[in-house]
Amino acid sequence: MTDWTGIITMKSNRFGYYIKEGINSIFTHGFMSFASVCIIIACLIIMGSFSLLSLNVDHVIKVHEDENVMLAFVDETLTDTQAMALQDEIEAVPNVASAQFVSRDSAWNSFKDSYDSNSSMFDGLTSNVLRHRYIVYLDDISLMSQTQLDVEQIPGIARVNAHLEISDGFVKLRNIINTVSISLAAILFIISLFIMSNTVKLTTFERRDEIAIMKMVGATSSFIRWPFVVEGLILGLVGSLTAYILQWGIYQAFVQKVIGSVIQPFIIETLPFAAFAIPLLIVFIVIGFAVGVVGSVIAIKNYLRV
Amino acid sequence: MVQFIDVFKTYENGAKALKGVTFEINDGEFAFLVGPSGSGKSTIIKLITGEIAPMDGTVIVNGYDMGNIKFGKMPYMRRTLGVVFQDFRLIEDKTVYENVAFAMRVVGASTKEIKRRVPYVLELVGLDSRSRRRPQELSGGEQQRVAIARALVNNPSLIIADEPTGNLDPARSLEIMMLLEKINELGTTVLVVTHEKELVNSLSKRVIAIDGGRVISDGLDGYYNYEE
Ligand SMILES: Nc1ncnc2c1ncn2[C@@H]1O[C@H](COP(=O)(O)OP(=O)(O)OP(=O)(O)O)[C@@H](O)[C@H]1O
Ligand SMILES: [Mg+2]
Repeated sequence: MTDWTGIITMKSNRFGYYIKEGINSIFTHGFMSFASVCIIIACLIIMGSFSLLSLNVDHVIKVHEDENVMLAFVDETLTDTQAMALQDEIEAVPNVASAQFVSRDSAWNSFKDSYDSNSSMFDGLTSNVLRHRYIVYLDDISLMSQTQLDVEQIPGIARVNAHLEISDGFVKLRNIINTVSISLAAILFIISLFIMSNTVKLTTFERRDEIAIMKMVGATSSFIRWPFVVEGLILGLVGSLTAYILQWGIYQAFVQKVIGSVIQPFIIETLPFAAFAIPLLIVFIVIGFAVGVVGSVIAIKNYLRV
Repeated sequence: MVQFIDVFKTYENGAKALKGVTFEINDGEFAFLVGPSGSGKSTIIKLITGEIAPMDGTVIVNGYDMGNIKFGKMPYMRRTLGVVFQDFRLIEDKTVYENVAFAMRVVGASTKEIKRRVPYVLELVGLDSRSRRRPQELSGGEQQRVAIARALVNNPSLIIADEPTGNLDPARSLEIMMLLEKINELGTTVLVVTHEKELVNSLSKRVIAIDGGRVISDGLDGYYNYEE
């Protein structure tokens, strides 16, 4: 029969030991612990702010995607049936989500409707002044100029109108933000790791005699490593949770600023914090965790050799 | 059991510490390892504890082949040994009791086992009345007995002591040797490195003498036949 109580007390005994030792070391060099938590916070907030900015720009791009459709004009020499038959060909072009046929009559009507219906400026004109056209919706507006060329290649399409300026501007902005945030994230991650492993190295140095005794009496490497990992883990978690709360505050302040600004009604629409509250929390915790664990494993590595 | 078969060890700086050492210590034996400074005694101890690996030859300790032992097996090999050093190596901010209990805790013993075993070994080394003190509140001889208690607490089959009396006066040294003898009588194999000729001669035990990285004599009569 298995002595479960024995196994459980042994396990919880050890677990308690790891936690106790880990917390002890955090307080024995409080300043370094505080410094490493601050660095993690700073790194996470910088990473987080850029990611949230990038998400918002993405969102703005999405919002404007519907407006940034292309208009493909059909060659007037084509018959109505031929013109309508182009739909399949247009939709077969890569990056085209869908194409909607607009006959010259309905284009003419909506054109007239947009003006005063009693106006005499359309007298003597018919829908024949206009071409049949397609409203072309895209999957990804960052590829708009390429798709414009592709659609223009279709025989029977006379011309494609696209408003490249707005989409290009946002796409460029998003690409810059993405590049900056990914490189920053990588650099800051390495900096955090470095600081974290140095903090834990302090503990390993202070306790080098204890570590030597542990090895001498036959403690396993993992047993020796755990208290240091717990130390790193707690520092990482405290850092990531604090950073999360600060990030929340910073984001709300940012949103207030944008909403209060003049340009807001036209193009900028911000996402509510709730839209990414959970994923952001998970990302922060995972990064804090990783920095803590990897940093402390690096710190203790030298002491565990033979 | 310890077995050295034609063991060579050269350090990275080129120092030839051992040049073909062969000896065997059987279970239950008590042996001294003697020799002048730099003769290779500590090198032999480090080979037994797995701190360094032999360059050539075979070192077998309690069934583990130390030349080929896997990294993950090392802790389990060390649990079969108790090691005592000249400088005691106690943890200053832990009490006597905690220092001894620590050795049990870090190999995963339960609190229950620790509570049963630690007082027993402290009594064995004669320190039951000192268990709440810290190392700096003890004499050198007492500190060394704490170290011996710690080496004993996980019930090893072999105790190795590298100059355990090097920092002690002759009376304390004799006490430590008698304690090691008592531990040996309780069934543990003991190997003691020492410089103390009188002490060795007074105890009539097996003496392995080493010089220049070679065994120069090995006798059961206890005669320390190396003239320094
Ligand atoms: N870590 C090391 N690196 C290089 N050489 C070493 C090292 N340890 C010992 N040696 C050399 O190996 C030889 C044997 O040293 P060892 O420590 O085994 O001697 P010992 O018999 O224990 O001496 P002592 O009685 O002074 O403690 C010496 O020449 C020493 O200088
Ligand atoms: Mg030595």
